[in-house]
Amino acid sequence: MARRRGFDVTRLPGFATIAILCFVLLYAPIVLLVIFSFNESVSVSEWQGLSLRWYRSALENEQVQAATVRSVVIASAASLIATAAAVGAALATTRTRPWRGQTLAFALVNQPLMVPEVVTAVALLFFFSMIKVATGYTGLWYLIVAHAAFCIPFAYLPVRARLQGMDLTLEQAAADLYATPWQVFRRVTLPQLWPGILAGAMLAFVISLDDVVITEFVKSAGQDTLPTYMLGQLRRAVTPEINAISTALLVVSVVLVMAFFFLSRPRT
Amino acid sequence: MAGTASARPAPARDLAAARRREERRTRALLLAPAMAILIFAASGPLLIVLAYSFLTPGDYGGVVWEFSLKAWFNVFAERDFFTGEIELADAHLSIFWRSIKLSAMTTALCLLIGFPTAYFIATRPRKTRDFWMLLVIIPFWTNLLIRTFAIMELIRNEGTVNSFLIWTGLIDTPIQMMFTEFALLVGMAYVYLPLMILPVYAALERFDFRLVEAGYDLYAGRWQVLRRIVLPLAKPGVVAGSILVFVPCLGAYVTPRVLGGGKNMMLGNFIELQFGQGRNWPLGAALALTLLVIVMAALIVYVRAVGREEGGRHG
Amino acid sequence: MIEIDRVTKVFGAGAEAFRALDAVNVTIRQNEFFTLLGPSGCGKTTLLRVMAGFVDPTEGAVTLEGDDLLRLAPYERPVNTVFQSYALFPHMTVAENIGFGLEMQGRPRDEVRRTVGEMLELVRMSELADRRTSEISGGQQQRVALARALAPRPRVLLLDEPLSALDFKLRKDMQLELKRLQSETGITFIFVTHDQEEALTMSDRIAVMNEGAIRQIGSPRDIYDHPAERFVADFIGDTNFLEAELLSKEEARAEVRLASGAAVTARAAEGGAEAGAVTLAIRPEHADLAPEGEGLLPGRLSDVVYFGTDTHFHVDLDAGGRFVVRRQNTPDRAEARAPGERVAVRFGARVGQVLRD
Repeated sequence: MARRRGFDVTRLPGFATIAILCFVLLYAPIVLLVIFSFNESVSVSEWQGLSLRWYRSALENEQVQAATVRSVVIASAASLIATAAAVGAALATTRTRPWRGQTLAFALVNQPLMVPEVVTAVALLFFFSMIKVATGYTGLWYLIVAHAAFCIPFAYLPVRARLQGMDLTLEQAAADLYATPWQVFRRVTLPQLWPGILAGAMLAFVISLDDVVITEFVKSAGQDTLPTYMLGQLRRAVTPEINAISTALLVVSVVLVMAFFFLSRPRT
Repeated sequence: MAGTASARPAPARDLAAARRREERRTRALLLAPAMAILIFAASGPLLIVLAYSFLTPGDYGGVVWEFSLKAWFNVFAERDFFTGEIELADAHLSIFWRSIKLSAMTTALCLLIGFPTAYFIATRPRKTRDFWMLLVIIPFWTNLLIRTFAIMELIRNEGTVNSFLIWTGLIDTPIQMMFTEFALLVGMAYVYLPLMILPVYAALERFDFRLVEAGYDLYAGRWQVLRRIVLPLAKPGVVAGSILVFVPCLGAYVTPRVLGGGKNMMLGNFIELQFGQGRNWPLGAALALTLLVIVMAALIVYVRAVGREEGGRHG
Repeated sequence: MIEIDRVTKVFGAGAEAFRALDAVNVTIRQNEFFTLLGPSGCGKTTLLRVMAGFVDPTEGAVTLEGDDLLRLAPYERPVNTVFQSYALFPHMTVAENIGFGLEMQGRPRDEVRRTVGEMLELVRMSELADRRTSEISGGQQQRVALARALAPRPRVLLLDEPLSALDFKLRKDMQLELKRLQSETGITFIFVTHDQEEALTMSDRIAVMNEGAIRQIGSPRDIYDHPAERFVADFIGDTNFLEAELLSKEEARAEVRLASGAAVTARAAEGGAEAGAVTLAIRPEHADLAPEGEGLLPGRLSDVVYFGTDTHFHVDLDAGGRFVVRRQNTPDRAEARAPGERVAVRFGARVGQVLRD
């Protein structure tokens, strides 16, 4: 890189320092948290040597096991439902002529991004407790449907972006070559949409897996997910077991986010 | 299709109308699942909140189906238990005030750190920008609770910072940082910082740095260039980032709960309290709607600001 | 035979309504290479898309061999399109692209394979059958797009400016290639272009369009030598326009008096004025220079511009206006004329064309 030594026009004094400091601040707490998950000591802050003790302890903890299974079940079901619904909505808002009510539909899809989570959580608490009284059903589906709802915009946006970036004449060409609308979707639209769908599904999965507020309000007794279990534990004496669970969750999120990042990057 | 004035409409018109009808049907089918889920589990229940806010609280949670304005009255005012005088609900107002104050401070802190960072990334060579952005995005998508927990590990009395300071001999007893407004500020700034960097970066990335050269050419100094050229053009990004940080701060629940404790409640926690020990569902509903109104007002201000910005550029 | 009957397309409504097609009537014959020629925005692509089924006309009818095309969805029409951007499926190989239409028609697998092989041979692409479409050159993509559209043996092939993305030399080759394919397959080609030269080279007949309407239909020679309107004369090739007075008119034969007072026999377009002031169009290469006092229009030579293949002589007419004469260059003929000389312009009987407007 040939850089002018004398005067770099883009440089502003102090900005680079703040930026580097910012990255250090962003990562230092997480890195420390990960390091202490390998601590032998019962205390979170006192280092007593490397150990996998707390990972073992977390793995053997039945509550953690149950919460993990519940988290994964909810996140899988919710992200699947949300993605399927979002693909339909994205097709309806990009592949047909502008229509009355389009703005309303768009606002509805994006509502979970705008309304504070606490407000939605309160609303769901009211609504679902009414249904619980009326039907007596207290299973996981309340959580799955609630999660699916707030996952929809996260699945919708990458799919819509992909659809908008797609060459419309490809679909016309397929229709021109005797493909019925369903065949056009199956053979031409879907294969190109896959990265967007996958990206959307992964975002939805991560969002569902990380949710605390809505789950905390909606869950019935004994329906803790990993995050709500951790939140409950934070009230008591904290052991590095929480660090171990956090680290495991972090790894899942980071892997999925990196995969999303590379999937959704425009191909060069 | 109602009968048209002409006795025999042209076939082309009928065909086009039939095709439009079919398109409408397809669209409705595609849209139905998403709309059903969202109305069932996001938008619809908000109406129940509205209804509940006008009811009477039950003795052990829940509501009694009797109309009452008491919940809304109680959001801002209370009747003195002994004298019966109406006065402002100081406890509620102080929570509102703390929420707004801390949200504003968090936004300012995020801007102070986020703007230089976004600028730094935008001025890196094109190939490495994606890498820096990935570094911003990863914390953004990792669990908010975990990130809050990481901050807690850092600042609590036995935490890393205090241990380090004691080890260096600078202090003897740990500094109390947990359960203070300082903890909330640090925690929320840490958690929401990426939300500031992303839009500011998006604005700066499109920025034509030849304009900066032109500024220097016209005798502007570094700070004048920043103030007169870079900042005005990055304004939409700054506005977007500020709203993106301010709004979730207002409704924050997890971070204040973990770092703030009972003394430093914010709106989100206060609302939750109405469903726990407080047991006043209508008040909780009214508070939630108040929060919603404040957030919507902020969003409208934002849309107006951005809209004017863009309109001004075209006109 | 495709019959387009009073097809009108209005986009939008109210004050923003835009009439892209205005009661277009045209009949395209079997096995014809038919070109829609016009400037961008003239409605030629909209007309093509009406035939393909991507645009529903506001009014009118389109029939193919008497069958109503408008009733059919795009995928039910025995009509295929070669798109301007080619629109090759990026996730399929060359062979898969070409076989797509046949597969959608539900043809047996071995028939699909055989036809794809034939098509690859027809467009000379057999070696690249298994390549991805992103791995081949623009010219090759063009051939694949052609093969893909021809493979299902459509009754009509629609081509939407398919050569506009190619460079000059490749375009010349593809023009000949298209002509060859059309005569070998015997399929009706409807070709859309804004390039007059392309239209003149390849077409059996040309329809010149402007502002949503067809202005003239005819063979390339007809259109070039006998433009009916000022727009057609102006859009295709270079033209001299002369003010003249129509003396008499009988069928296509007209007697006119030029501004210089000379009378000459010209051809008249159908319709138009029966007498009075008219405009006469003369191609620069259809006229010649004469010594002063001999030709029809005296004037002064103002410019001599050398173009390699030919030379342009700009004459300032005494009666007003400027006239360009184009003369082919040959090595044995050195041009002795110089600007400032007095000359006259001459052209033969029935060379000038009296325009309709």
